[in-house]
Amino acid sequence: MVFSTLVPLQAVAFVLVALGAPLVVLTRDPLRQALVNGVYGITLVLLFVVLQAPDPALSMLVVSGIAYPLVILAAVARVRGERRRPEETKDE
Amino acid sequence: MSRRLRLALLAPALLGLGGLFAWAIAGLPKFGDYRGPYGYVLNQMVVPLRHSTNVVMGTTFDVRGLDTMGEEFILYAAVVGVTLLLRDESGAGRVERRTRRARSDTVRLIGVLMIGVGLLVGLWLVAFGYITPGGGFPGGVVLAGAILVLYLVGSHRDYAPFRSEHALDPFEGLGAGGYVITGLAALALGLQFLTNLFGYGKAGTLLSAGSIGILNAASAIAVTVAMLLLFAEFLETYVAPLEPEDVGS
Repeated sequence: MVFSTLVPLQAVAFVLVALGAPLVVLTRDPLRQALVNGVYGITLVLLFVVLQAPDPALSMLVVSGIAYPLVILAAVARVRGERRRPEETKDE
Repeated sequence: MSRRLRLALLAPALLGLGGLFAWAIAGLPKFGDYRGPYGYVLNQMVVPLRHSTNVVMGTTFDVRGLDTMGEEFILYAAVVGVTLLLRDESGAGRVERRTRRARSDTVRLIGVLMIGVGLLVGLWLVAFGYITPGGGFPGGVVLAGAILVLYLVGSHRDYAPFRSEHALDPFEGLGAGGYVITGLAALALGLQFLTNLFGYGKAGTLLSAGSIGILNAASAIAVTVAMLLLFAEFLETYVAPLEPEDVGS
């Protein structure tokens, strides 16, 4: 069978990834999704480390930790800002 | 089509797909079984031939140097695409957007420390890319991320040099062009494009791996600036004006 050579640590990392992916999809709020996606990215980093692939792990870390959340957060800020703008004077 | 009919259609389809999927999984080689000779060849070859103790970098910047050049230009094309899409030509008379610095001294202090540590980690990842894991891509993104922290704890104005296209474009050109020029230099010497020049040095030191170090630095510059250009476009387009400029700072 395919999984007979899977080390328990690798199995744990795979299970974490398998649990993380649906969590990202099932999170509906974009802001929260950006955070959940970051956590999911960390599980992928963990998987790459366990599989002894440090270079992809580093790339995954920076993409899921820096580049991708920024794009999401910027878009969320834009949408919320536009929604807030008509009543903005009230806040200040 | 009613819900029941759709479910009735779905069930056999799922069953069939599931069966085929299980069959395919059962026929896979064991986990970790590696049949391609390429990885073994590279593992044997890169360190003795190129003195790059990070075989991944020896592969991406030497053995498959042309592919990496293509990848670098994919990022370049992505940035150009984003810029063209988001560019707002109508806002010619638009006022400069203004934000306030983070108010808490603690947040600002932690932010400044993060910038310092981030820049250091980024430079280390880049510099030692061909010796230990790292390299131009992750290092470049870390560098750009560290600079972005300045936006988070500082104001829009503090961040001005890092969102100015006039300041960034020459560096993007240097990074992307430097890679190509290193390749062309070999061509000019009568060798093949991207042939490793400059001697391989002593493995495990910064003076090793020949052209790989230069290509690594070039791609680090290109990636850092490409990320900064992306950030600049997103900030310009998406981030709504927040507060009057730098009050009390």
